[in-house]
This record gives sequence, C-alpha cells and structure tokens, in this order.
Amino acid sequence: MSTIFGIPTQALFGQLLIGLINGSFYAMLSLGLSVIFGLLNIINFAHGAQYMMGAFAAYFLLQWAGLGYWWALLVAPLAVGVIGVVLERTMLKRLYALDHLYGLLLTFGLALVIQGLFRNQFGSSGLPYQIPSGLTGGRNLGFMVLPNYRAWVVIFSLATCLITWYVIERTKLGAYLRAATENPGLVQAFGVNVPRMITLTYGFGVALAALAGVLAAPIYQVNPLMGADLIIVVFAVVVIGGMGSILGSIVTGFTLGIVEGLTKVFYPEASNTVIFVIMALVLLVRPAGLFGREK
Amino acid sequence: MDTASEAAPATATEPLSAVGRHQTTAFFLMIGLLAMAPFFIYPLFLMKALCFALFACAFNLLIGYVGLLSFGHAAFLGSAGYTSAYAAKAWGWPPELAILAGTAIAAALGLAIGALAIRSKGIYFANITLALAQMVYFFCVQAKFTGGEDGIQSVPRGVFLGLFDLRNIMTMYFVVLAIFIAGFLLLYRTIHSPFGQVLKAIREHEPRAVSLGYSAERYKLVAFVLSATLSGLAGGTKAIVFQLASLTDVHWTMSGEVVLMTLLGGLGTVFGPVVGAFIVISLENYLAQLGAWVTVVQGIIFIICVLTFRRGVVGEIARLIRKPL
Repeated sequence: MSTIFGIPTQALFGQLLIGLINGSFYAMLSLGLSVIFGLLNIINFAHGAQYMMGAFAAYFLLQWAGLGYWWALLVAPLAVGVIGVVLERTMLKRLYALDHLYGLLLTFGLALVIQGLFRNQFGSSGLPYQIPSGLTGGRNLGFMVLPNYRAWVVIFSLATCLITWYVIERTKLGAYLRAATENPGLVQAFGVNVPRMITLTYGFGVALAALAGVLAAPIYQVNPLMGADLIIVVFAVVVIGGMGSILGSIVTGFTLGIVEGLTKVFYPEASNTVIFVIMALVLLVRPAGLFGREK
Repeated sequence: MDTASEAAPATATEPLSAVGRHQTTAFFLMIGLLAMAPFFIYPLFLMKALCFALFACAFNLLIGYVGLLSFGHAAFLGSAGYTSAYAAKAWGWPPELAILAGTAIAAALGLAIGALAIRSKGIYFANITLALAQMVYFFCVQAKFTGGEDGIQSVPRGVFLGLFDLRNIMTMYFVVLAIFIAGFLLLYRTIHSPFGQVLKAIREHEPRAVSLGYSAERYKLVAFVLSATLSGLAGGTKAIVFQLASLTDVHWTMSGEVVLMTLLGGLGTVFGPVVGAFIVISLENYLAQLGAWVTVVQGIIFIICVLTFRRGVVGEIARLIRKPL
C-alpha cells in the first residue's frame, strides 16, 4: 500500500474528501450568514435550526407527499425560505432601530424554540434519508473510491456559491444589494424598496441554509440537533473570512473544511479545535478577518 | 484609578449618595429573604440559584455596564468548575483553596480570551467570545482529567476554612450565601466606583471617553477579567455544592442561559440578574420532567423579552418607582 508522509494514501484522500464535504457545508452556511449579515447587520443564530428544517422538509416531502430528493432540492428551500420571510416580517423587522445585539438574541431564542419543538416530536436519534437512486454507488479513481453522491454535493454547493457570488457582485440586482449594504437611506431615496429587499435577502439566506440541509440529509441523518453545534463552527468560519464578505466565506469555508480533514489525518486530537485556533491567530493579525474590511 | 476620580461621574444622572439609599434597602431586603429562605425552601435548589445569580451578576457587569455581549461565559464557569472539582478530588485540597484555584484559572482564561476579543465590538465581540469558548469546550471534551462525558463526579465537599463542615447542608448553604454576597458586593462596589463610571462612559460614547484620555481597551479588559473571575467563583462553588463538574457547564447553551437570566431580570440593573437567575432556575426545576420543552419555554421567554420586555423584571419595577435598582 502506498503512503505519503507515512500516512496511507487511502486514509489521506478519504479524510480530504470528508474535509471537502464539510467545507461545502461550511461554505454554503457561512455564505448565507454573510449575505444576511451584510444587509441586516444581524448574526442569524437560527441558521443552524433552519439548516435542520431544510433536512426535515426533505424528509416530510418524501414521507407525506411522496416527493423525492430532486423535488426536495427545489421545494424545501422555498418552504423554509418563506418561513424565514414570515419571521422577518413579524419579528426581526421590529428590532432594526435597536442595538443589533437584540437581533442576535431574538434569533437565538428562535433557534431554541425550533430545535426544542423538533426534539419533542422526533427525539434525538436520526431519521434515515436515502441517497437518490441516480447518485448511488461510486467510481474508482485508481487511488480511491469516490462515492457519487459526495462528488455531487461538492460540485453542487460549489456551483451554488459561485452563482450567488456572481449575482451579488456582477448583476444589477446585486449592485442594488451592495449599495443598500453601504447606505440604505440613499438607495431608498432612489426609489428602491429597501424593506422588501431586506425581507427577501433574509429569505434567501435562510433558503441557502435549508438547501444545505437537503444536501446533508442523505450524508448525515436527519436529526433535530444536526445544526446546533455545526453553526458555532460556521460562526468561526465567518469570523476568519471576514463578516459580510461573500467571497471570503466561500473561500474560507472550503479551505477550512480541507484543513480540518487534514488535521484529522496528521493530528487527530486537534481536529475539533483547529478552526478555533486558526480563528484566534487570524484575529491577532487581522481583526477584521482575512477578506473583511474594518467598519 | 486615581486619575479617574475627578472627571469620571460625567454620565451619572444623580449624585451617588442618592442612588445608594434605596439600593441599600433593596440589598438588605434581599439578604433577609435569602437568610430565611432555606428554612422554607429546599436548600440545594437555593444554592443552585445563588451560584447562577452570581454568574449572572458577573456577566451583567459586561453587558450592562460596558455594553459588551459575551456569548462565551460558559467557558469561565465550566473551567473553574473542573479545576475546583479536580483540586478537591484528586489533590484533596480543602474547599476554599479548590474554589480559589478554579477562580484563578477562570481569571487567567478571562485574560487570554479578553485580550483576543476586546478589540472588537458588538456582534463581532459576541461571535468571537462564542467561538473561543467553544474551543475551551472541545478541550474539556478531550482532556483526560475532565473525565469526558462522565465529568468529575462525587467531589468531596470537605471542611471550609477548617471550621465549617460542608457535609451539613445548612452550613453549606450559609457558606454559599456568604460567597454570593462577597461577589455581589465586589460587583456593586465596582459599578459605583470611579472605575465603574468610566466603564459607563465608554459604553455611552467610547470615542469621547478615549478623547478624555481613558484607555478604553484597558478598562474593558479589566472589566472582562473581573467578570470572568467572578464567573469562575460561581463555577467553582457550584462544583463543590453539587460535587460534580460536567460538560453542561462549558457548553455554549450555558452561555445562552446566562444571557437569558440577565435579560429577563433586567440588563444593567444591580438586582436584575439575581431575580432573573431565580426565575430561570425555578422554571427549569418545574419543567424538568418535560424534557425538551424546557428549551422551547426558554426560547419563547427570549423572544418575548427581546420583542416587548427589554427592560426586564427589575428594570420595569425600577421604572415604576422611578429609581434605579
């Protein structure tokens, strides 16, 4: 069996793949957080709960409506996104005039309620969700076997991230969004309906989280607490990338996933903490994050 | 702090002596109630509430008087708990030294985390403290001495200062009450000192405080370390009382819980965190059989507090009697 640095290549590539998968989820989740943070200036603590709701939506669609994975990929983000819009209209909207910390506290409360309700109904053990029939199996790359579904997750999330980046940085709609991030009052004066834009942006960020949840359902099981601890890691990713930076969250999301995977190979004891250590180091050198700007 | 004393009370709306009188009354009322309580209410429950009350008061120093929301205070409570439990059990230290050891570790940790986080503000600060505390959590999950999922169990209570046998639950209660009062008075003194006035000035208008010559970062760091130290005192005491140190106390949900207590009681009020801690601990006690409903109820209280009840219980009372509490 061949080895690199004394590590069997199979183990190395296996962990790299796991890292890449985790990185895909970090990137999608931190991207959603960044989009929301950019315009609303709140950290959406309910993001992990909304990711979990995406996975459960996929599960419900299959159980109750007989709609499979491909439908879930479309319907679940829409449904959870609509819930996000309702939350923004009824609750978050009232807090914009106050200290932004209240937004954090409100979404924290929402996360507790949502996760508590799901845990009451479904317990803490996971519910299985099958890999869609078109993506089962794997292909042998010579040095490792690549499961088709995992390859699909990486490619799909990369595409989603790049499309989002393109829309925000290169289209007219994105230009409005960026302008409103800089100076909402002025954009409003030019006749753009900024409150509606804020609502839709929150809905979009929530939908991204739910989309990540659907992608995650066949890999991790559908579990009420699947997003609870994950979201804390994603917060660290967002701090490292620079809060509100779109490109920063995509790049750091994937990179840190891979770094975490490699740490599992070379120094497994640190694999849980490596992202937080990197965050502390980045803060010492660049308090605004790698891609962030000082406000 | 000598330089601070002349210019400091710029943000005080009333002379300090007038603020003090009814707060003193409220303080003695609180002490009286707490001294009588163990004869009517289960002392172990009261001790739990007292530990959390001290924890919430320490947390309130930051959010209420410096305007910094730390979302990582569980790290201080939990690490002090582990240190105290380990010192008492593995090294056979007497309880007062074990608690002091825990407090010292929390102070050191507070200095490290504070130094990293203090340069940021608002949401950034909350996010960074949360992530750093999660690092402490993972350390506690993996380190050998914490006992992983089991925690450190059956910690001996011992004899406090060689005089008070803590195996007697009433003795234990009054020792915990004394520790709580000591911590509370230290915080009370801090808030009303020239140092506390500078903190409030920084909270209200940091650039102006800086332009007056105060090193805002240094003041904030001292406040952060003080808050961490007293959280550690609460955590160490809690570990000796319950003879247990576990992962629950380091997990980020605990950081959220202390925010809830302080918010419900009243941010930036002297007595709010105590009231909030007693309400939240009572709720948890009554709802304990209902499993995950506890989190649902906590979440709902959070939402209600944020949307309509931002002054908290004590804040509302203070508004009614038109005096700060």
